[in-house]
Amino acid sequence: MEFFLQQLVNGITLGGVYALVALGYTMVYGIIQLINFAHGEIYAAGGYMGVILISWLFAQGFPPYVCLGAALVLAMGYCALLAMAVEKLAYKPLRQSSRLSVLLSALGMSIFLQNGLMLTQGVYDRAYPGEMVQGGFELGSVMLSYMQIIIVGVTALLLVALNLLVFKTRIGKAMRATAQDKTMSALVGINSSRIISLTFAIGAGLAAAAGIMVGLYYGSVRYDMGFVPGVKAFSAAVLGGIGNITGAMLGGLIIGMIEVFAAGYISSEYKDVFAFIILIAVLYFMPTGIMGENVDDTRV
Amino acid sequence: MTIRASKLWFGYAVAMAWFYVLLWPLLGIKASGLEFAKSFAIWGKVAVAAAVLLVLYQLKGAGAFGFMQRPASVVGKAAGVFARRVPTWLSLSLVVACAVAFPFFTERYAHDVAISVLVYIILGLGLNVVVGLAGLLDLGYIAFFGVGAYTYALLSVHFGISFWLCLPIAGCFSALAGCLIGYPTLRMRGDYLAIVTLGFGEIVRIVINNWMSLTNGPNGILGIKAPGMYWYNGTSFEHIWLNSLEQLYYIILALAVFTVLAVYRLNYSRIGRAFEAVREDQTAAELMGVNTLRIKLLAYALGAVFGGLAGTFFAARMKFVSPESFTFIESAMVLAMVVLGGMGSIPGVILGALALIALPEVFRGFELYRMFVFGGVMAGMMLFRPSGLWPAKRMGVRSEERE
Amino acid sequence: MAEPILELKNVTSAYGRIKAIKDVSLKVYPGEVVSIIGANGAGKSTTLMSICGVLKPEAGEVWYDGQRIDGLASDLLPPRGLCQVPEGRRIFPRLTVEENLDMGAFFRRDAANIEHDKNRVFQMFPILLERRKQHGGTLSGGEQQMLAMGRALMGRPRLLLLDEPSLGLAPLIVQQIFRIIREINESDGVTVILVEQNANLALKSSSRGYVLETGNVVMEDDAAALLANPDIRKAYLGE
Repeated sequence: MEFFLQQLVNGITLGGVYALVALGYTMVYGIIQLINFAHGEIYAAGGYMGVILISWLFAQGFPPYVCLGAALVLAMGYCALLAMAVEKLAYKPLRQSSRLSVLLSALGMSIFLQNGLMLTQGVYDRAYPGEMVQGGFELGSVMLSYMQIIIVGVTALLLVALNLLVFKTRIGKAMRATAQDKTMSALVGINSSRIISLTFAIGAGLAAAAGIMVGLYYGSVRYDMGFVPGVKAFSAAVLGGIGNITGAMLGGLIIGMIEVFAAGYISSEYKDVFAFIILIAVLYFMPTGIMGENVDDTRV
Repeated sequence: MTIRASKLWFGYAVAMAWFYVLLWPLLGIKASGLEFAKSFAIWGKVAVAAAVLLVLYQLKGAGAFGFMQRPASVVGKAAGVFARRVPTWLSLSLVVACAVAFPFFTERYAHDVAISVLVYIILGLGLNVVVGLAGLLDLGYIAFFGVGAYTYALLSVHFGISFWLCLPIAGCFSALAGCLIGYPTLRMRGDYLAIVTLGFGEIVRIVINNWMSLTNGPNGILGIKAPGMYWYNGTSFEHIWLNSLEQLYYIILALAVFTVLAVYRLNYSRIGRAFEAVREDQTAAELMGVNTLRIKLLAYALGAVFGGLAGTFFAARMKFVSPESFTFIESAMVLAMVVLGGMGSIPGVILGALALIALPEVFRGFELYRMFVFGGVMAGMMLFRPSGLWPAKRMGVRSEERE
Repeated sequence: MAEPILELKNVTSAYGRIKAIKDVSLKVYPGEVVSIIGANGAGKSTTLMSICGVLKPEAGEVWYDGQRIDGLASDLLPPRGLCQVPEGRRIFPRLTVEENLDMGAFFRRDAANIEHDKNRVFQMFPILLERRKQHGGTLSGGEQQMLAMGRALMGRPRLLLLDEPSLGLAPLIVQQIFRIIREINESDGVTVILVEQNANLALKSSSRGYVLETGNVVMEDDAAALLANPDIRKAYLGE
């Protein structure tokens, strides 16, 4: 029983991370029908910025939680800028081109960014210096590390904030409107280019937060840390219904749970395979996902 | 300065500012303090290079290179006319003759590179059947390479089956793998197909990496035999191993020529027509009586066969296989070759392989930058020259684009 | 005569290589209701799309309110008072009725007036008030048309383009819609361009009309004259 509860805790933690990254994939696909391969590298860049910023701030003498908070904000901002630059450079010019072209461009940018990280940060893992956020406590017989609590807390906060933004604010409604019908949204005065940039920025910010927290959780980051989690997060987005924000959150949790439980009860070497199998299964049996798609399926 | 020029330079300034803002945090924030020197140095070089290109671009627009361009285009046209006069069989024979003579004029290192290039040419042509002809974006193609390699590895090490016998066997296994991987994707739309094939590629790699009892996991399989042959040495037939680089070179050359011929025939066959019909407009193809599901499976299977053949050779040449050689990056690289050269174009793919494998060997010092440049080139090609370096002669508009 | 609020000068637009409208010129004066009638595929929707920047004209000029707008991005037009209700309603299916209306006023900053306008739309179309929390996609065709019109009106347009407002709707609803069109034209002075296959209905509600045939303007006259014209009656009014 303790094992089950422990896996539950781990699953929620991991699921939250996948949800954050999945949101970026789902929002971008919803609005421009692109699988943003480069999104995984944004997550990795966030992880690196976490190490860089926290190390620097810590060395300046700030207490750990201040370091974390400031690093989160700064890294989210940095990744938002990075994602907007990628969009402007590699996707926007291809808006009138074929789907294949922009997909290949995304693939190219993914490789470009990943190797850019490698060239600037090195091939080896980059670890957090010394003790950052260690320890935890026991709740009954389940181990809850402080880091897990932080992850779940920050994730929940961000998810709630995103929900509020997308469903309650004017700009959020505009984002949803643009995702449903780009032409019509322009006809009511919404600048779709700006909305698209904003979508990329928000998705990137969430992925950056996820990257930092994962880096802290494992104590180190790597230049290729974005590839496999990226595909898993995309699977989560598809599972929940591509373009559907609530779906992405749900899908992330489900994938996280499945991965943790499968690793715990079935096999831990093959844990990555489970997410891939879910991806293939969902796309084969239920391509619209659990909560239904939310894409712009209009012509012209 | 004209309005257009000042807009161009303003854009340049904005772009350079963004670039520095994005570059500096990765290089300049250290626990010891904030530094600007290193990032500024890199930024400076890029900014200068970009400025030079921008100036050249503006000069070209203003016609400053006319003195070079006009005679250059005259020479180019004359060369084109001359080339068209030469019958194809002659130029092809020339190419083959050069390829055959190649080892005699070069040393070991070049042979090594040439063998790699030829392996990738086969891979590229195989992927070309799937992506270029049939229009199915396969991001897990390297899995077939792996299936072929491991098939030969296991058959050779456990059963001592010869290389030549394994070639068709591996081909069959790869074709089977192609059908298995292709089947679930048959009804999926283009971008989903891409990520699913990526998933499959990864699944194959992870399985190979973890199934210790079968594949020996990350340790790989050692002791694979090279191709063997019976050689009449004047008195009797003796069995020799074809171990030397030159011998291997000729084997792979033969395989490559076979692949080129096969793909060429496929291109101009009824099946090839069907592939293209499915690529251009699936619904229309279906209405014209093309069984699109079967055709797509055939495309996967045929493409996979070439991957399997290349894999068999690869295992024989390296005498060792491990899952490290079959990562997603390899799939991406083969795809980059096809895209760079021109999708659906045989000479294009060959050119792409040369560019992506042989060229970096020339710039040996920049080994680390290879994939970095690949990525940039792939994205850049889409922006500037999506049809590739040597475009296929028939390129239509994909049906998805019209939606 | 006052200056036209909208003028097209020899506009040619194409979809790919097919020229949908050729050399189309028309003028609309403030306060008018002008119809553009013609058969299916005559180029009526293309004309509206060319005005609103969804399609960039290959040749010719589009003038609105004394300024050239051809080639401008679509989203720059509603703030200038130019709104369109496109063919097929195109309400945002997964936004609620109220959110759809809010989107119509997206570019506006005057919150109090927006509330006032929203209430006015609910007065015009009470069924929308009833369904205000429902998703747009769950509404019937007629309700969606009302929502689309209400959304356009939220932008306080000075020039309203309506593309096939009667298409696929029950006669009673069509009557209601056209009553509203008359109302906003007469009491708010909104200029209306009406694109319709139902020529009878359109011309009866307009002061002037243009007839499009395979991309060309073949006739231009007062609505009454067009209604009486025997050729028009034969071709479009079902005689």
